[in-house]
Amino acid sequence: MAVASIAILTLLTAAVLFGPLIWRMPINEIDFTARLSPPSWEHPFGTDDLGQDLLARMLYGGRISLAVGFAAMAVAIIVGVLIGAISGISRGSVDAALMWITDLFLALPQLPLLLLVIYLFRDFLKNWVGAEGGVFILIVLVIGAFRWMPVARLVRAQFLSLREKEFVEAARALGATTPRLVIRHILPNSLGPVIVAGTIDVAAAIIAESTLSFLGLGFPPDIPTWGRLLFDAKDYLDIAPHWALFAGAAIFLTVLTINFIGDGLRDALDPRRVM
Amino acid sequence: MQERELRDLIADVKTGRLSRRSFVQQMIAVGLTAPMAGMMLAQSGVAMAQTTFPYKPTKAGGGGLLKLLYWQAVTLLNPHFAIGTKDQEGSRIFYEPLAGWDAEGNLVPALAAEIPSKENDGLAEDGRSVVWKLKRGVKWHDGKPFTADDVVFTWEYARNPETAAVSIASYKDVQVEKIDDFTVRVVFAKPTPYWADAFVGNYGPILPKHVFADYIGAKSRDAPANLKPVGTGAYMFVDFKPGDVVVAKRNPDYHVANRPQFDTLEVKGGGDAVSAARAVLQTGEYDYAWNMQVEDEILLRLEAAGKGKVTITPSGNVEFIMLNATDPWTEVDGERASVKTKHPLFSDPAVRQAIGLLIDRTSIEKFIYGRTATATANFLNNPERFRSKNTKFEFNIEKANAILEAAGWKKGADGIRAKDGKALKFVYQTSINAPRQKTQAIVKQACQKAGIDVELKSVVGSVFFSSDTANPDTYPHFYCDAQMYNTTMPQPDPQLFMNQYVSWQIANKENKWQGRNISRWQNKEYDELYKQAEQELDAVKRAAMYIKLNDMVVGDNYIQPVAARSRVSAVKGGVTAHFSGWDNDLWQLANWYREA
Amino acid sequence: MGKYILRRLTIALPSLLGISLILFVLLALAPGDPFGELATNSNIPPEVAAALRVKFGIDDPIMIRYLRWLAAMLQGDWGFSFASRIDVDQLILQRVPTTLFVVGSSQILALAVALPVGVYAAMRPYSIFDQIANTFAFVGFSLPTFFTGLLLILVFSVNLGWLPFVYRADIPGSGWQWAWEYFKQAIMPIAVLGLFQAASYTRYVRSAVLDVIRLDYVTTARSKGLNEGKVVIKHVVRNALIPVVTLVALQMPAVFGGAIVTEQIFRIPGIGSLLISAILANDTPVIMAVTFVFACLVVVFNLLADIIYGWLDPRISYR
Repeated sequence: MAVASIAILTLLTAAVLFGPLIWRMPINEIDFTARLSPPSWEHPFGTDDLGQDLLARMLYGGRISLAVGFAAMAVAIIVGVLIGAISGISRGSVDAALMWITDLFLALPQLPLLLLVIYLFRDFLKNWVGAEGGVFILIVLVIGAFRWMPVARLVRAQFLSLREKEFVEAARALGATTPRLVIRHILPNSLGPVIVAGTIDVAAAIIAESTLSFLGLGFPPDIPTWGRLLFDAKDYLDIAPHWALFAGAAIFLTVLTINFIGDGLRDALDPRRVM
Repeated sequence: MQERELRDLIADVKTGRLSRRSFVQQMIAVGLTAPMAGMMLAQSGVAMAQTTFPYKPTKAGGGGLLKLLYWQAVTLLNPHFAIGTKDQEGSRIFYEPLAGWDAEGNLVPALAAEIPSKENDGLAEDGRSVVWKLKRGVKWHDGKPFTADDVVFTWEYARNPETAAVSIASYKDVQVEKIDDFTVRVVFAKPTPYWADAFVGNYGPILPKHVFADYIGAKSRDAPANLKPVGTGAYMFVDFKPGDVVVAKRNPDYHVANRPQFDTLEVKGGGDAVSAARAVLQTGEYDYAWNMQVEDEILLRLEAAGKGKVTITPSGNVEFIMLNATDPWTEVDGERASVKTKHPLFSDPAVRQAIGLLIDRTSIEKFIYGRTATATANFLNNPERFRSKNTKFEFNIEKANAILEAAGWKKGADGIRAKDGKALKFVYQTSINAPRQKTQAIVKQACQKAGIDVELKSVVGSVFFSSDTANPDTYPHFYCDAQMYNTTMPQPDPQLFMNQYVSWQIANKENKWQGRNISRWQNKEYDELYKQAEQELDAVKRAAMYIKLNDMVVGDNYIQPVAARSRVSAVKGGVTAHFSGWDNDLWQLANWYREA
Repeated sequence: MGKYILRRLTIALPSLLGISLILFVLLALAPGDPFGELATNSNIPPEVAAALRVKFGIDDPIMIRYLRWLAAMLQGDWGFSFASRIDVDQLILQRVPTTLFVVGSSQILALAVALPVGVYAAMRPYSIFDQIANTFAFVGFSLPTFFTGLLLILVFSVNLGWLPFVYRADIPGSGWQWAWEYFKQAIMPIAVLGLFQAASYTRYVRSAVLDVIRLDYVTTARSKGLNEGKVVIKHVVRNALIPVVTLVALQMPAVFGGAIVTEQIFRIPGIGSLLISAILANDTPVIMAVTFVFACLVVVFNLLADIIYGWLDPRISYR
């Protein structure tokens, strides 16, 4: 299953990377005579309400969606695991301080914060790494910043429980240092929820990107990411279902394959696998 | 048709040689409208046309529950604090002004016994005062009688800066005197052609003195009636949850016979426009939905369900693209887009002209707005008496290319035109709203074909339309090359509307970007003519002046009108509602009815 | 343990204070101002807009406004809404019952679905049941609620005409008829929210149970001849609950805070829709009050989760 999933995911990635070279229809060619047309040979995925080719848009937008999805997930997981692990293994004030930060981030109202971030950093990043790169970094950091807290709390909870378990006690009695304990013994055993969180975060990040572009924080409005396509299509769900169908299916397929890969990963990592 | 000929015709109507009806028809034939005709007649001593609203029920009550849906919820119920249209609408259920504006720009009395005119000695010859006669026998919802004291009180209340009423502009420069219990006089500081401002329309509703007397000025925010209104309207207050729902019931003592028909009224708020349209047109859960900012394509499909219809009312709203006359990327004295600079690209008239040719207004109308807007090259659109016949629009990529080529803008290797090292690239911003993003896409594509590179930018509405002095993304800052939005005309009189191009209104750092002239376009001739029009008392001359002002603005191509947008509502089958583009949607709520 | 709780509670107060300060500064710095709409209206002279700003004190320095807010809050005054011109606590209280009902029910639904499905799927990993449950879960969280909500509306309101899609918190009447009406309109929002949540819970529960089921003591318990049901309930689920408790604790504040998107779609007058309209209108006192209550709940529930860990796994010690 995991192998098949890797194959599909590779295919999907290859499609968005090299697809535009093969399917050369421009993404923003407006053709009012072909608006909202269902899939056909000319437009395999149909067209949207300005008559733009959906296949071309899906391929183009997929690059951004996949990149944002994975990068934001990586940020969320890395930050979350780091904070969760440190807080879970240390006690007292370090734990309290880190959990305070977690609580703070959980409590922050997202929308005003996003508007503030746009206002403060957009022009700065645009000048620093260029329009597209700046937006990409900003989006990934913002989505990551809003999604690491559950991971941190999950990892910490796992640590709290695991650090008292027999095998950890045993390793400690044998003189293992704390970093070694964490890396060799506790962390591998607490990855279960992390993998689940990671897979959920990819989907969440792809969708969150579309919300951000609505706030003017995302890519310019004419860049068709998958989440954006889904959002634009929603009002036409009963008129032109094909519009939403392919974007939804692409996100689903991505999530599905990542999950199976994740499952495979955990089974492979787990010393006591039951198969 | 000259001023002279008009006056002759009016004289004929006066003496009865020409019927009122055929006069109106002649005016329409020469491009004027019925309301224009009505106003000219009124000023010449012939009474205004009396608008009547069809109303079939033969008794008040018995109509059951009327359900209205607003996708922006009502947040407060005091018409003088009503920041947005939604709040004006909610307040209008309970409160009434002296008169309202109908679809043709005629005044329709509500709490006034009649509309002031020269004939009934309501209008002073010198244009310095107007006398309103009030309707007798009107009762507030708590049973107290309505009198001239309430009208005078409303003026005192609204003009007090401490009250911080949003209607203050209509009241601060006038004096209001009580003549007797049912007559008031409004006195102006200088001759005022636009006399129907105070006590009329959106900002005109009269407040009860006995309820609000203790809550004037700084205490205004503590008035319990801000949330539990006591008015004279056809429906009385039952319940209000800010941001959610308003519930009202029939006023059994309403001052118009046999009205209203519905026993209870519910105004639900929240959600989005498309699903509001669905609730009326597709499922019939609601009787009316407000402000259908929805692509016409969707509306047409929803109407096909046969449950209800879309009502389109022309209004003064224009969607337009504004080109910056100043340079938004250079900082001078701590502000960008300073009047001390000139825009590097748009200062070339050829570029402006080419951009005008690259806006595919016909497609924008046909495929985005459909029935809900009309492609236009005019800034001043309605009422028709002010609409210019002198401007036209065209979509022509070849011509745009030719103009740019001739002006020396040559295409580079990347297909983008440039001249003197300046590439034809600009940033085009607007608020986040689906039809606007589509319009941006259409304009961008056409520009691309003419060798102009457009970067699109969209800003969330709550930031774009704010007056935050610190945020460069607001539309008054206009720290961008081009921007697009919809300008609304709060009254049928264009005076306030046209002041957005006078030089003393330029938005800048000094006035904290509160100035109304956002494009920073300026023209001496325009300023002069505007001042003249302000003083002109003659309806005919004034109309001609505003037409000319409009031509000046649009003719210079800094302002590119795109489409005149109409007010769109959804009404369930069987319900008859009466709308006007110049007043709130609920202004004639008393006359709404349902047929079985 | 008692000492630990006491210590945590004493830290909670200053930490909340710190959070409130950060929230306040953030909102004050965020772009937009409550009287923006006034500035765009040609009928309102700038003096009035300025007078309003002075009246509501929004041009004062941030720290002064914060101290003023804090002093008022300590006296139980939650502030005054710019947009509605009434007290903020009234606005919030009006919306608490609906939010608790809708979001609370959806959380219960999510747990009621996720716990049995997740446990059962983990007992038989890669069985047909597991695969089906997984697929549904993936569909569940790949589709955002704005999409599934609309889908349900199209199916159940537009095509079938069974359920209303505009939520009315003020349906008049009482008795069974009323209760039924009330329930009917809540079905779709609860389902949308509940199933979205259930999708991810299911995955977490499955993963947690899988982790535990492989541990030695479970095998030991099994080999002792305990029956399967007892093993699952007593040994597996109890230990697998730690991540679930963490997640539920993370979600509980939302039962008060509402669900912005779902409330928007179904027009539910909950806290979420209050918050979003306050944000869009830049009605800072309302935003501040809602987010501050939310912050308190975050702190309280995370503390609660820490305490429950100790109960679930007595070996967890706090020093």
